[in-house]
Order: sequence, then structure tokens, then C-alpha cells
Amino acid sequence: MNISERILAAHAGKKSVAPGEFINPRVDVVLSNDITAPIAIREFRRIGVKKVFDPKKIVMVADHFVPNKDILSAEQAKEMREFCLEYGVKFYDVGEMGIEHALLPEQGIVLPGDVVIGADSHTCTYGAVGAFATGMGSTDIACAMATGDIWMKVPQNIKFVYHGKLGKWVGGKDLILYTIGQIGVDGALYAAMEFTGEAIDALSVEGRLTMANMAIEAGGKAGLFRVDEKTLAYVKSRAKRKYTVYDSDPDAAYAKVIEYDVSKIEPQVSMPHLPSNARPVSKVGNVKIDQAVIGSCTNGRIEDLRLAAQILKNRKVAKGVRCIVIPGTQQIYLDALKEGLIEIFVKAGAAFSTPTCGPCLGGHMGVLADGERCVSTTNRNFVGRMGSPKSEVYLANPAVAAASDIAGKIVGPDEVLK
Amino acid sequence: MILKGKVYKYGADVNTDVIIPARYLNVSDPAKLAAHCMEDIDKDFLKTVKPGDIIMATSNFGCGSSREHAPIAIKASGVSCVIADTFARIFFRNAINIGLPLLECPDAVKNTKAGDILEVDLARGKIKNITNGQTFTATPYPAFMSELISAGGLVEYTKNKLAEAKA
Ligand code: SF4
Repeated sequence: MNISERILAAHAGKKSVAPGEFINPRVDVVLSNDITAPIAIREFRRIGVKKVFDPKKIVMVADHFVPNKDILSAEQAKEMREFCLEYGVKFYDVGEMGIEHALLPEQGIVLPGDVVIGADSHTCTYGAVGAFATGMGSTDIACAMATGDIWMKVPQNIKFVYHGKLGKWVGGKDLILYTIGQIGVDGALYAAMEFTGEAIDALSVEGRLTMANMAIEAGGKAGLFRVDEKTLAYVKSRAKRKYTVYDSDPDAAYAKVIEYDVSKIEPQVSMPHLPSNARPVSKVGNVKIDQAVIGSCTNGRIEDLRLAAQILKNRKVAKGVRCIVIPGTQQIYLDALKEGLIEIFVKAGAAFSTPTCGPCLGGHMGVLADGERCVSTTNRNFVGRMGSPKSEVYLANPAVAAASDIAGKIVGPDEVLK
Repeated sequence: MILKGKVYKYGADVNTDVIIPARYLNVSDPAKLAAHCMEDIDKDFLKTVKPGDIIMATSNFGCGSSREHAPIAIKASGVSCVIADTFARIFFRNAINIGLPLLECPDAVKNTKAGDILEVDLARGKIKNITNGQTFTATPYPAFMSELISAGGLVEYTKNKLAEAKA
């Protein structure tokens, strides 16, 4: 068996599981947010149970439209707050919250070997720490909050092997954009993606979180990594409970094995309107931008902010470009403060925000007007994703986004550093 | 159950951001969501859709976010079922969980035009194109999913499960 099958078998109380099998695994963490929780709460009440299966295994995070952007979103956050109070569930509210998928690994809430389900498609992020984590809908989350388990079809597994050494300015974001560009937005439909190879071993846990985050953009159910010394170092100081490390058997079966040589990969940019429209930054052409967003659950971690600051230091955001920098969590905010990054951003002419999903989903804090173009470190560039259906989003890594807002058009970092 | 309606046809990768844009997700009321269903991809959809009508698309319908608001909006707009080559997995779960019927049938998609009238026999997975007279058979659901559907969705299924555990 491979990692995902081992985790699922252990949670379903079975010796082994096989792709296509329907199982009912126990869940370790059940997550929802200010968009998906209100429906989950409504459906939970319809089930008619008096309590949740285990308040310690349920997490609610208000991150999409907070600090509340309008009265309606304030009502949604209030509904969550009241539910959490009533059922003894942990609620991450303004002042403590972060973008859920940045927050949960950082706080050691999700750990190796866990089964995590979340009413948010990017729940797959936690595969980076060796958990089987997958996005579901609000009704799934409602039922899991009542019973502690969930129906699931055991997915096929696709193994990705990344050979070679990563080039300059190339990181997890570029590997995953490149991969989606190769296999398409449904290239891993219904499958679990397992990321391996020496280029992956060399990647930081942050870089792996970025990759696992976008497994869903290839249609994947999960995106998993082996637990190595880096993972253990990352989770050791954060874990407040026991966890189990699972690994794939050397002879584990895969539906497909796909290999890439990463040494020739340049920083990637996904053109509108699909993450799979990826191409090297040198082949983007002359694309002027109105806005750059550095943040989100994909690239809002401290490593990402450091990278952006390295390029923005002693430089200025181009005239006519709005640059918005958003740390993923309060801890990242604090780290950025201590490291002097915030000063660099503000002096460069960027806006620095409290943690929020905000512009990533066209919610608030940087919504685009008709005809505007944005280079963004987020994960989706669908029509209307960041605002007007006539706006355009270009996905890139934090170094490319920072360089582009200095140049006023999409360029690689070397273009502005020279 | 027999469903009958006019076909609205779309291409590949119709994502949840165009089915119901995030700017409307500060509410979860089905009727309010339905008022913006498909508006970023098809301005005419809301003007002309009638109860029973059918959405048809090629591959990966419903990709993107996990928002259950997407199948809720489609269902509340009166659409009786969605037929596609393939569906994105979270959308598939969500639709089954809330009782919006989905059928995977590439043959039907290939041989149906926008505006054709279809008759769908859900229990048997039979799709009849009234306009051109052809019939098609959708991929059958796995046994577990049929159970979920006949229970009336996941909440009802869970209620039954909890009641059995108690008994
Ligand atoms: S940052 Fe964007 S992709 Fe991530 S959870 Fe928030 S809205 Fe979703």
C-alpha cells in the first residue's frame, strides 16, 4: 500500500484498502470556515443530535470575509461564534485567526497520519505534513461533526517524481504550476497525488505546503508527501498530541508514475483563466498589471514574505500598480514585524494587511474592476475569481509577483535585480 | 422519477466561481444564491431557465471550490439534473448529498445540442433526446451511492444510521 491507503486503512479499522472501495474512516480534524460553516451548522441542526462527536476535533476559522466586510458576512461569523460557544468547539476569531490552511499546520492542529476533512477545497494542503486531507462540502462536515466519520471512496494514486536541482527563483509554486500545466486541471481527477524525488526532498515544508495546496487544481483528492526529517522538525515543536508516520511500501501500486526533470524549469506563470495555462515567465510577453497580491493559503507564509521583501527592499512599486501583501496568520504577521519585513513593504509603497483570504476570492481588500489585471500568488485564476468577470488573474510565485509590481508588468526577478 | 427539460450546454471545466461567484457567498439562502446562478458564464441563463431544465457540459463540471452553494444554486434555479462527461469530485459529493441528480454520460453530451429537449429516467439512468430521437444510458452509480440517494441525501442517511446505532 502507499501512504494514503495506509492512513485510510488504519482509520477505517481495516488491514488494507484498495482504490474504488467505499469506506467510512474516522476523522481526526473536521474544519469549516465563514462561508461553509453556516450551511454546515444548518444541516447539523437538521440531524437532531444534541452534541458534536468530539469538540476537540472540530475547528472553525473565520477567514474569508473577515474582519467582517459587510453586515451579511458579520452575520455569518456571528452564527459560527455562537455555535462554537454552544458546542464547545474552538473558534479562530479575528485577532487569533489566520487563513485556515496556513493556520492549521502552523498551530500543529493537523499532524502526520491524520485523516482531515474540511469544507474548503484547499484542505488538501495538509498532505505536506503527511496527513490524508481532503476538501468536502458543508453537508459532509455537518454529518462528520455528528458522527466522527465520513463516507469516502479510496482514490487511485498517481506518483510524481521530480528529478534534478531547482533553478534560481524556482520553488514549490513553480513545480505545482508546471505539473498542472502538464496534466491539466482534471489530470488527477479523483486521484491522490504523491510527490517524491530529490527535488522534493530539497524543498522546505513551506514549499511542500504550497504544492499540496494546489493538488485540487489538478482535480486531485489529496496531495501527499513522505514524512522526512524536515517534516518531523516542523511538527515536533507544534504537536500537542500523538501522531503516526506512515510511508509507502517500496512495491506500492500506482495508477500512474509521472517523472519530471526540474533543472530546466523556469519560474512559471499561469495565464487567465485556468491554472493549467502555465508557461515560463520569459514567455509571458508584455503583460502590464494594475495590481499584485502576495499572500493566501498558497503563498502567504513567512518564507514567501521574505522572498518578496528581498526583492522589494529599497525599491518602489511601479506607479499605477497597487501591491497588497497579506500574511497568512497572526504568527506570520508577528514574524514579519520582528524581521523588519513590514517596513520594507510599506516603504516600497505596498499595503500590508491583517490575515484574511480577502482578494484571493474577490471578497474584499483588493477586488478587481473591469479590464484590470492582477499578478497573484494565490491558486485560482478562473473568470471573475478576484472581482469583475472582465478582469484577469495571473498566478505566480512571490518573487515573480514582487518583481512584477516593481516593473509594472509581469517579469522574472532577475529583470528588476540587475 | 422522470425529468424533462430544455438543455443548457457548456464546455469543459465549468468551475464553481462561475456557477456562483464568491462575491455572493455572504448568504447561504438557496433562493438568493439562485438569483446569481451562472451569471458570469451565461447572462441569459437566469432570464430563460424553467423548472425541469437540464444543464449539460463536457469534462470536469464543478471544479474549483468546495462551496455547496454551487449545487444549491443550480437546484434552486429549477434545474432538474446535470449531465456531463465527468464531474469534479467535491461537486459530485455535494450534489449527491443535497439531492441534485448528476449523470455521467459522454454519449449524450456528444449527441445533444443546446436547446434540445431531454427526458431522463433517473432510476434506470436512461436519457432520451426528444428533439433528435436518440437514447443513451448513463454510467450507473456504485451501490453505496444509490443507497445514499434513495435515503434522500446524506443528512437523512446519517439520521438513519444514528437511529440504527441506538436501537
Ligand atoms: S486564501 Fe484563497 S484559496 Fe486559500 S482558503 Fe482563502 S479563499 Fe480559499
